[in-house]
Amino acid sequence: MNLLSSGEDGFKPPSVADFELPPIFGDNPYTTKPIFLVFLSVILVSIFFIAASRKALIMPSKLQFAGESVYGFVRNNLGQEIIGKEFMRFVPYLFTLFTFILTNNLFGIIPLLQFPTMSRVSFPYVLALLTFVVFHYVGIRHKGLLTYLKEIMFPPGVPKPVYVILTPIEISTYLIVRPLTLSLRLFANMFAGHLLLLVFFLGGEYMLQGAIGIKLVAPFAFGFGIVLTFFELMVQCLQAYIFTLLTAMFIAGALADEH
Amino acid sequence: MTGSLNVVGYGLAAIGPALAVGMIFAAYISGVARQPESRSVLQPIAFLGFALAEALALFGLVLAFVL
Repeated sequence: MNLLSSGEDGFKPPSVADFELPPIFGDNPYTTKPIFLVFLSVILVSIFFIAASRKALIMPSKLQFAGESVYGFVRNNLGQEIIGKEFMRFVPYLFTLFTFILTNNLFGIIPLLQFPTMSRVSFPYVLALLTFVVFHYVGIRHKGLLTYLKEIMFPPGVPKPVYVILTPIEISTYLIVRPLTLSLRLFANMFAGHLLLLVFFLGGEYMLQGAIGIKLVAPFAFGFGIVLTFFELMVQCLQAYIFTLLTAMFIAGALADEH
Repeated sequence: MTGSLNVVGYGLAAIGPALAVGMIFAAYISGVARQPESRSVLQPIAFLGFALAEALALFGLVLAFVL
């Protein structure tokens, strides 16, 4: 930890550099911790849900119940309520998205792993790109290219002169703002959360090496860090939910018929 | 005493989203208090609004580090 070796320079607060982890195997830049975490999450999610659904019983076991509650939550609260009657087609995508993001977020507070994959911005970018492709594809398939573009660019029920301002805003909303905010929200939440935990735990560690008066304050830093870990747990679940909710809403918007 | 002025700016910028998040949940709570059965309808809307408002604060945080 270069933070502690800085000696008389004092405490160096955690920064962006703490997120740039070195490659694990030699110089290969594709073997960093986040990449292994992504593979680990895929393996974990697959094993969990295969095990949970393998022996489906009418009287479910605890494992089956856990798996089915997650599935039911995504299907009913995110699929059925938001998308409407055609929701079943999108449940696999929403479910995969939700479990994948949730597992990767939870890595942020699981001991020994302790790095939220989504705090590297490229992962949320890819997920947002997927959602972007999915909801535009759905909209174009459902309405045809021209009608879909017309609905995006010229939303009905607006006086004609307003289109001068509205059309550029709508186009940038659909093409730039939506995917960008979708990915940046997830990224920023995970980044900020991880940074916050780093501040408290590294700060506490630093204080332990100070004078006796400062040593006495260190437990408060650790205590508050633990409280914030639980707060992070909430934020991580919430962000997985929000990402999937927004995806469902975009799909619902693409499917909605003109009023 | 040294530090980054960016962080002070971020603190100021966080006031807006903080008020927004407070107002969103205030509206959600009073909505549910008036009509408890509307909870399931209001909940996704409230969390969506919360996420949209909170995102602004977090963009500010990221910018405070990047700039």
